[in-house]
Amino acid sequence: MSSPTTYSLPKLPYGYDALEPYISSQIMTLHHTKHHQTYITNLNNALQTHASALKSGDIATQVSLQPAIRFNAGGHINHSLFWQNLCPANSPNAKSSSAPKLTEKIKATWGSEEKFKKAFTEALLGIQGSGWGWLVRYDTGAGGSESGRLGIVTTKDQDPLVGKGEVPVFGVDMWEHAYYLQYQNGKAAYVENIWNVINWKTAEERYLGSKEDVFKALKSKL
Amino acid sequence: MSSTLLRSSALCTALRASAPKASKAGIAGTTFVRGKATLPDLSYDYGALEPAISGKIMELHHKNHHNTYVTSYNNFSEQIAEAKQKNDIAAQIALQPLINFHGGGHINHTLFWENLAPTNQGGGEPPTGALAKAINDSYGSLDALKEKFNTALAGVQGSGWAWLVQDTQTGSIQIKTYANQDPVVGQFRPILGIDAWEHAYYLQYQNRKAEYFKAVWDVVNWKAAEKRFKQ
Repeated sequence: MSSPTTYSLPKLPYGYDALEPYISSQIMTLHHTKHHQTYITNLNNALQTHASALKSGDIATQVSLQPAIRFNAGGHINHSLFWQNLCPANSPNAKSSSAPKLTEKIKATWGSEEKFKKAFTEALLGIQGSGWGWLVRYDTGAGGSESGRLGIVTTKDQDPLVGKGEVPVFGVDMWEHAYYLQYQNGKAAYVENIWNVINWKTAEERYLGSKEDVFKALKSKL
Repeated sequence: MSSTLLRSSALCTALRASAPKASKAGIAGTTFVRGKATLPDLSYDYGALEPAISGKIMELHHKNHHNTYVTSYNNFSEQIAEAKQKNDIAAQIALQPLINFHGGGHINHTLFWENLAPTNQGGGEPPTGALAKAINDSYGSLDALKEKFNTALAGVQGSGWAWLVQDTQTGSIQIKTYANQDPVVGQFRPILGIDAWEHAYYLQYQNRKAEYFKAVWDVVNWKAAEKRFKQ
């Protein structure tokens, strides 16, 4: 039996200080080099142990490792998607006009971009404890009739959005480590500011692309 | 605040009615909740737990985080009382998770402040008496308990707490983790709690949470824990 894939930390597509003043360089550095790296390290360890348990037919150990794999793999997936769906505020990609098809669908769904942002903000601020908020494209529905439907979803801890027919378009990290050094308990200000650094071009590509496309970058960075 | 009476009265003050304040609450002059929870005072200064926990953390944690749980709990209590008055079952059920979260946040933090103390007020001094015996019987030693407790704290995925609890059915003690602000209620009695939310340590320890879990034992108030433990 071959050994499991070893995952490694993907490079940020911009500098640590590129999201200033909305997300501080110190936060980005710790978040990427420490938090994200720890998920990857723990994931690799759990997968290694899991591989041994597979080899020896130790089913109890295999099952007991599932929560650790889900949590750490989720942390790796979520952060990888998050870095990609952010960009410097002065980039043209930070304008929602970089996502014409997506914004059209957003307007059709929520009435206006402002109403969408308000609903998304409320969802983010309603998270109890650690978690994420995502804009999701759903590809399931009766007879495919609802294909391409958009929804706002919150997830707890590091639960990843990998279910059948759900495609993450963009996500916002609501763990305290994502904002605390800069905003402390003022998470509403963090959420308000995050809109300045959303990468709408990436969001458009995920909205129009296949699920495989969304996770492609994760695979290529093995 | 070192007696059981005072300790429980802090919680009661927070959780029960205080009539004069209630008159301001309510909608269109109707008051549904007779009293309001209030932020309890700390029995030590914000800087008193340094270097284990910084004064900045204590101040934000108490004045901002804890106070937000108190305010939100009062707000949702009022709403649920109103829903009850109207016999609106759906609204009452919808409010339950908010009561659990914010009420839990209030209870957990109140107990937490009390089971911490500066080193010059007994912080870090090992437990004695029946609780010390229960710890030795169950874990072999206080150090062994701390090690298992820290493993439990490190294993919290996301936000939550670890507690030394007492099983009210058997009297035995055990370590349990709780997600988010789920309070220790029902079968288990809270003896000692450590906050594993990132806001409890991040300004000082950032991602090095193991260092916080190690340092916090220097300011654990075992006297408070002893008083919660029932023989």
